[in-house]
Parts: sequence; structure tokens; C-alpha cells
Amino acid sequence: MTEPALELIGIDKHFGSNHANKSVSFRVQRGEVLGLIGENGAGKSTVMNMVFGYLKADHGQILVHGHEVDIKVPADAIAHGIGMVHQHFKLVDTFSVLENIILGSEGAFQLADRLALARGELAELSKAFGLNVDLDALVSGLSVGDKQKVEILKALYRKADILILDEPTAVLTPDETRHLFDILRQWRDQGRTVILITHKLKEVLAVTDRVIVMRRGAVVADLDTAHCTAEGLAEHMVGRPVILQVSKSVAVPGGDVVTLEHLSVNDSDGIPRVRDVSLSLRAGEITGLAGVSGNGQSELIEAIAGLMPISHGTIRFRGQDLGLGGSAESVRKRREMGIAHVPEDRLVRGLIAELSARDNAILGRQNDPSFNNRNFLRPSAILNHCRSLMASFDVRPSRPMQAGGHFSGGNQQKIVLGREMENAPAFLIVGQPTRGVDIGAIEFIHKRIVALRDQGAAILLVSAELDEILMLSDRVIVMSQGAIMGDIPASQADERQIGLWMAGDHKVAA
Amino acid sequence: MDDFITVSLALAAGSLRLAIPLMLGALGGLFSERAGIVDVGIEGKMLISAFASAAVAHATNSPWAGLAAGLGAGIVFALIHGVGAIAFRGNQVVSGMALNILAAGLTVTIAAALYSQGGRTPQLPDAARFRGTSFAAADGTSQLDPALRALFELVAGHNILVYLSLVLVPALVWLVHKTRFGLRLRAVGENPEAVDTAGIQVATLRYQASIISGLLCGLAGTYIAIAQSASFVPNMTAGKGYLALAALIFGKWRIWPTFFACLLFAFADAAQSRLQGLNIPGIGAIPVQFIQALPYVLTLVLLAGLVGRAIPPKASGVPYVKER
Repeated sequence: MTEPALELIGIDKHFGSNHANKSVSFRVQRGEVLGLIGENGAGKSTVMNMVFGYLKADHGQILVHGHEVDIKVPADAIAHGIGMVHQHFKLVDTFSVLENIILGSEGAFQLADRLALARGELAELSKAFGLNVDLDALVSGLSVGDKQKVEILKALYRKADILILDEPTAVLTPDETRHLFDILRQWRDQGRTVILITHKLKEVLAVTDRVIVMRRGAVVADLDTAHCTAEGLAEHMVGRPVILQVSKSVAVPGGDVVTLEHLSVNDSDGIPRVRDVSLSLRAGEITGLAGVSGNGQSELIEAIAGLMPISHGTIRFRGQDLGLGGSAESVRKRREMGIAHVPEDRLVRGLIAELSARDNAILGRQNDPSFNNRNFLRPSAILNHCRSLMASFDVRPSRPMQAGGHFSGGNQQKIVLGREMENAPAFLIVGQPTRGVDIGAIEFIHKRIVALRDQGAAILLVSAELDEILMLSDRVIVMSQGAIMGDIPASQADERQIGLWMAGDHKVAA
Repeated sequence: MDDFITVSLALAAGSLRLAIPLMLGALGGLFSERAGIVDVGIEGKMLISAFASAAVAHATNSPWAGLAAGLGAGIVFALIHGVGAIAFRGNQVVSGMALNILAAGLTVTIAAALYSQGGRTPQLPDAARFRGTSFAAADGTSQLDPALRALFELVAGHNILVYLSLVLVPALVWLVHKTRFGLRLRAVGENPEAVDTAGIQVATLRYQASIISGLLCGLAGTYIAIAQSASFVPNMTAGKGYLALAALIFGKWRIWPTFFACLLFAFADAAQSRLQGLNIPGIGAIPVQFIQALPYVLTLVLLAGLVGRAIPPKASGVPYVKER
């Protein structure tokens, strides 16, 4: 039997009091795509950052092709043929693609000759792997998919044999994801090794040969992908059975709650983001808004919430014209009327990371008489409110005085969701409800959204995860370039048709 | 007409002389900031070098020893800033200002203790200075045509440091844009994580940039003390370090534009000394203070109005902390 490409033995790492990796050991063979999965904070990125020399382990051994290696800095890892594509790309925006790729492997003190040589080598590599990127383009102007190609080219150019990818598909469209997986399979078929860090079970099942599951810093399972199911993997990740499918009854839609008539929204530069959207959202129904990120979904929900002014058309809530919006006043009024909003980016608009959970739990409701006696806040009422919110939304740890930023993604989201849902709003806008949220919490959040629907609220759901939209919605709307491309009951939704609409294909099925 | 040519040539020579310390300081700042370390301590580095070079030139009677001391002092101060910014991840504006304050106090205190001349160093003999060539006879007269003499002095009359500095500009352009070091330097000021994950030590690179910054500011200080003058005088840099920083911003952190910005500022400075006592018909003599303020007013106007959007290196001023 040949030596494993990479073997970890007893890797241990502490960050202060946080035991991030507990004696992690596993092997990766040559010609294998390994999935490394686990919830946020399970320690999967940490352990790979140590293999790459970006962090240093407290204890443990790393063996590459059977030989123990001492990896202190990324240069050591690169020398041993290890390449890593980080979740947040490590590229210099003001450099060309070529300059980014040769950075650190320039070869000689003078650049000129080496650049020409690299150009030739890279042309071959990109042809062999189907990684077509203009080497002279500035990185700042590239799409995320192209930036990722540059990162992979960087690893290839350094003759990496073991490629680690950290959540590579988080920013990709379904099509780009498929293309990436083709590249990874090709990499594997050449006898090289891929380690894919992800939390998306569907992708693990699609592309990996073997799966390592981590939970709370330790390896809890090492499985052949062929024998895995999504439910089984999820159970390993969370440590208890998880229901991935939301059980929900058929919707019983009521009357129109929100009506948009020929709505257009321009951004602050005057560029149209939402174009002539007409739409009715009904009580007791979840309307899922699908589309590739940046096609007007964010602007549409911000306009309805009152954060962005509209340029044409009207927004009606229970028949009442809401006006232009775009001011603090309009947001406050709409909230008071019963429009709740769970923003897409919880750390930008949903929470204030530095404020305690107690204060975050009344954000936007600080003038509510139950929290405020005209001049002063009522600390004990606010504290009790937070305690009961934490209990009913299962926020952990249930420490009201802990800063918002110190909760995990899922628990932050539960605080926001709890705050927005507790007053039984007539209309709820939810943006990316489960982005960066653990599987266990996803289940909980989905249940609560469905429960609110069953109480008769109209819900507008925006998500970059098409699976989430298809699972949760009663009706699916697809946006592309600011306009609505398709509108279909979820029961009849077909993923292929939706993909075409997302790509901007206007031919609506009759 | 001849007179006009003579005056113009003399003005050009004066501008060049005044531009050299600005340019060296600004280029020093450029290396630091392109590496991601904000450099408000240019003034302090120049001042301490001015003192060190004058003191050592006085002690050894050698301008070269003075130069070595000036460069050394510049490096030491740059490394104080570097350690604060790189190892201790301190606030770089605060640490830069600390250099300026430290230099202002330290130089005068040591000079007063050593020489008891009110914070000055003793007047240097010609042999201990970098001197230009004069095209006049010892009694100040010359057989040359005044315009021709002015031309000679513009082209060949400067001290060696002027020529050295002028050669440095294209050399540094080559270093920054055509070499491995330059590529890494530009990268680390934009995205240190890209540099780190490419297998390059961020700290080492930033220390190297700090040292270059110290060398260039040291050269600037040396020039001010033992080439332009013949002794150290308290606060003799007189804000040139800040002016250099302004030129760096005006030049948008690029070498040639920064160089021309320095020439422009220096020209305003040279012109103001010629404009003093000027009579404008109908208004009369302009108070000298207004004329002296001209270069600073020019700086303000340029920076506030004409520079457009100056985008500094993205990582400038941000200590590098690894992501978990």
C-alpha cells in the first residue's frame, strides 16, 4: 500500500481557553477528494490552516507522503506541495492576475524575464484545467468565480499536489460550482489530492470520495461517501438526529398584505436595481425570492422595509400607500405598522456586535413604552424581555449580557429572528435566514418561519441557497437584473427552469 | 532679457536644492506606506539624522562619517516606529508623532549638553560638509556671463548628494516596479494576507521597508544639516517632513508624481524668497509673512482641491493580525 498523501497525528490547538482542535488525526490518500465537514466552529478550517502553516499547532505531527514535516510558515507548506484556497480570497486587488499568481514564487530578483516565462506556463495550465482567466486583467474587476480560478492557478503554479479548499462554493452560482467540481475531479484523476472544507452536504455527496466529520474540535466520523446519506452526515455533525426536510402543511393563503405596483428602485448612483416589479404577497404564504446574488433582491427588500427610497411605483401595505421611504422615519413607521425585517447581513444591519444581547434584543423597539418610560430605559424590563426571548428562541448561551458578536452565527440569527417575530408581525421580510448558521439551528429557524406563516403572516424569503427557497416556500419568484423572470407555485417548481430564469432567460413557461 | 534668464536659471537651481530633502523624505514615506505602515514620522527621522550627521561631521571632520551617522540615526528611528507598528501592532499615527516629538526634544537637549550653543552644533568647516562647486572666483567676481554662470551652477554646481538623490529616483522606480522586492512591497501594503499565504513573511518585509524609509529620511536630514547648512539648528527641518508627506499624498503614493510634487512645492519655496520685498503697483509692499506662507497655502490648495481622490495603499495603518 502506498503512503497516504497527508497524515495528521494528534493535532491539538488552543486559542486562549477555546480548545479548537482536540487531538485530530486522519489520513488522506493520493487521488482522493476528501470532504472535511462540520458545523461552524467545529475546527475544520483551523486544522487545515495548520497544515498550510498559516497557524501553528500546539502539538501533533503532520506527515506528507509518509515523511514527517515541520510546517512553521506557509512557505514550508508550499515547498511540500500543499496549496490552499481560502474562503476569503487572498488576492491583491490592484495587481494583475499574473502578478498575483507569481507573488512569492517570482524566481529571480528582476521580474521581467520571469513574467514572460510564467505567462507561458500559465497558458498551459489554464488550458489543461479549463481555467480561463485573462492574465493581464486587474483582480479588482474579476467576478468571484474568476477570482477563485486565480487562487487555483496560484496553487497549480506552485506545483501543489495537495489542494485544500475552504468553503469554495459559498460565493459561486450553481453553474460555477459544477465547473469547480469538474476541475477538482480532474485534479484527483491525475493522482493528486483534494481536501474540501464545506458545510454543504449536497456537495460532499456530489464530489468527495471520503468524508471526515468534525464536531467541537474533534474527528467524530471517517466515512466512505458512497455509503453516506445527507441525514446521516448531518447527524454526525450535530450529534443528534436532524430533520433536513421541513414538515409543513399546505399553505392557506389569505388576502393580499403587501402589494407592489410597477416598483422601480435606483441605487445612490442612480443605477436601476429593481425594474418595474409588480407583485402581491398574501397572508399565510411564504414567497421565496430566488436569484443570483446582486440581481436586485437586496434592493427590493430594503425598499419594502423603508431603508431605500423607491424611484417609481407604489408599495401598499394592507391597502395603504407607504410613500417613498428611504428615511429613518419611514423605517420606524413601517415597523410600527407591523412590517418586520430580518436583514440579509446580520452583523451589518441586524445586530450591533459590541452591544449585549439584551440591548440587541430591543434594537428598533427602544421607544416601546414597555422598555422606556419617556426619559429612561427600564433595565429590568429589558433584561426580562431578553431572557424570555432567549428561552423561546433557544439562544445559547442564554447570557443576556454577552456581546452580540460573541454568539455563534446561528445564535445571533435567533436573537434577530426572535426580536422581529415576537410581536406577531403581519408581514416578515427574511434575508438569508441561515447564512453561516449551524445545521441544528437551521432546522429550528425553518420551523419558526413556517410557524409564523401558519399564524397568518405574509412572508418574503430571500436566500442565495436555492434548496432553502424550494424547501420553505409556497411560491417561488425568480429575479434577474432587477426584473421578475418567473413566478411559480413551489409544488410545480423545477430546478432546471428556475436556473434558466436565474440566468435571465425570459421565456416564461406557459 | 539676459536678466530674466539668469533669474530663471537661479530659481530653477534653488528649487532643485530645496526639492532634494522633500523628495528624499517623501520617498522614504512612500516605502513605508506602500508596505502598509503610515509614516507621519518623516519629520522626526529627518531631524534626528540632521543632528546626528552634524555632530559626527563635527567630531570627525568628515562629511562621509556624518552621512553614515545620519543614515544610521534614520534607521534607528525608523525601526522604533517599525517595532511599534509591526511587533506591537500599535497605533501608527501615534507612534509616528512620537518620533517627531522625541526628535525635536532629544536633538536640542543633547546639542545643548554637548556644545552649550543653545541647542546648535558648532559651525562646520567646509571640509566637513558636502559642498557644491561655485563658478565664481574667491572674491565673488566671475569672468563668465551671468546667465552662463547660472546655467553652470544649475547643471554642475550642486553638491554630490543632489546628484546621488537624482540618480536614486529612477533606481527606486526600478526597485518598486521591476523587482521581486518591489512586487512584494506593493502587495504587502494592499493585502498582507495575500503575502502571508504566498509564503512570504509579512513582518520581515515591513521591517525591510522601514529600513529603506529610515535610510532615505536619514539622507534627507543629512542633506539639510551638512550640505544645505553648516551646522544643526534646533527644529531645522521646519515642517519639511510634513510637506514631504503632503507631496506623497499629492503624488498618490507613486514615485514620479511624488517627485514632481516635491519640485512644485520647492519651487514655491524658492520663489517666495525671491518675492520678498516685492512691490505690487497700487498695493505696495506685501508683508513678508504673507509671502513666506505661500508654499503652505499652495500645499493646502493642492491637497484640498486639486488632488482628486487620493487612495492610499489599502492596508496602510492597519496592523497585520492573522485571521483565525
